[in-house]
Amino acid sequence: MALVKPEDYSRRQQQLAGWDISIETYKLGDVYHCTISNVDPGARFARADGATREDAERLALEKAEKYLGQTRRFTT
Amino acid sequence: MATNVLVSTEWAAQHSADLGVRLVEVDVDTTAYDQGHIPGAAGWNWSTELCDTVVRDIVPVDKLEVLLGKTGIDNQTTIVLYGDNNNWFAAWAFWQLKIYGHEDVRIMDGGRKKWLAEGRDLSTEKPSFPAKVYKAKAADISLRAFLPEVQKAVLGKTASLVDVRSPQEFTGEILAPPGLPETCQRGGHIPGAKSIPWAKACNDDGTFKSYDDLLALYGAQGVTADKPVIAYCRIGERSSHTWFVLKYLLGFENVKNYDGSWTEWGNLVGAAVEKP
Repeated sequence: MALVKPEDYSRRQQQLAGWDISIETYKLGDVYHCTISNVDPGARFARADGATREDAERLALEKAEKYLGQTRRFTT
Repeated sequence: MATNVLVSTEWAAQHSADLGVRLVEVDVDTTAYDQGHIPGAAGWNWSTELCDTVVRDIVPVDKLEVLLGKTGIDNQTTIVLYGDNNNWFAAWAFWQLKIYGHEDVRIMDGGRKKWLAEGRDLSTEKPSFPAKVYKAKAADISLRAFLPEVQKAVLGKTASLVDVRSPQEFTGEILAPPGLPETCQRGGHIPGAKSIPWAKACNDDGTFKSYDDLLALYGAQGVTADKPVIAYCRIGERSSHTWFVLKYLLGFENVKNYDGSWTEWGNLVGAAVEKP
């Protein structure tokens, strides 16, 4: 069985398009995997892979921004 | 706290290959398992394997029996569930397995997040299992609330309603979590419900909070063991996590998951909606 260990694991929060998001990135083998989730409830809504951390995160954030732009806010 | 329903990441590492033990990963992100999973673990897709894909319902019994059988699980197997995002969908699987009467189901505390953060081994190899025959028990619907029961509870104030969605969903500021499609016509919450977001039950590393902290969290909102509790969210999966916490970590006797949740209530014609 081929085993790999996740390397360079990071998880951080930031704001994107006015929303709090969580960015999880780690390297498996030669590929960086990046997942973008909303902070609450924590559902993944964008992800991307890349040869570097920067590539993976840039691509994932581009997708995330597009989806977040479709979220409407209502006056309560 | 009923610790026999929780196992540590270390326990999972030591026992993942034991006869009679089956690890199963259930993620929100259905691509995560393929990226890498605990060696020897099976993967279930919540959106196709843990629901009825025709009618809106939980997994039908015959489909569940096939799924368990092909995962090499029989009625005596210890099933250890884990997943991403604080075991969100692992709890969804746990709830359904309990509905169908599986005796020994556990959750790996901290889930995939903790396993990754600890730098433990992952495998991309999908294991195959010798098929088993699984016979589910009759569905225990006492673990599940349906619309008429919720309506009755609202009118008679006979149960504590716990809305486990985000505060912005509770108030109606948003109709769905940011970045996800809207699935209801109206925002707000079921009259009388208390807002206790599901993830407040977890620590930053994904593990569950202590018994005392959990008791204080729910008790502060008047959610106590002496009154029936109905938990709901948007489609019933976040609330299965809260159901697990209340029933198995706090030991509340009468807890139900209203899996119709806001996607049902927020689309009902004429249903009362409360906004702060």
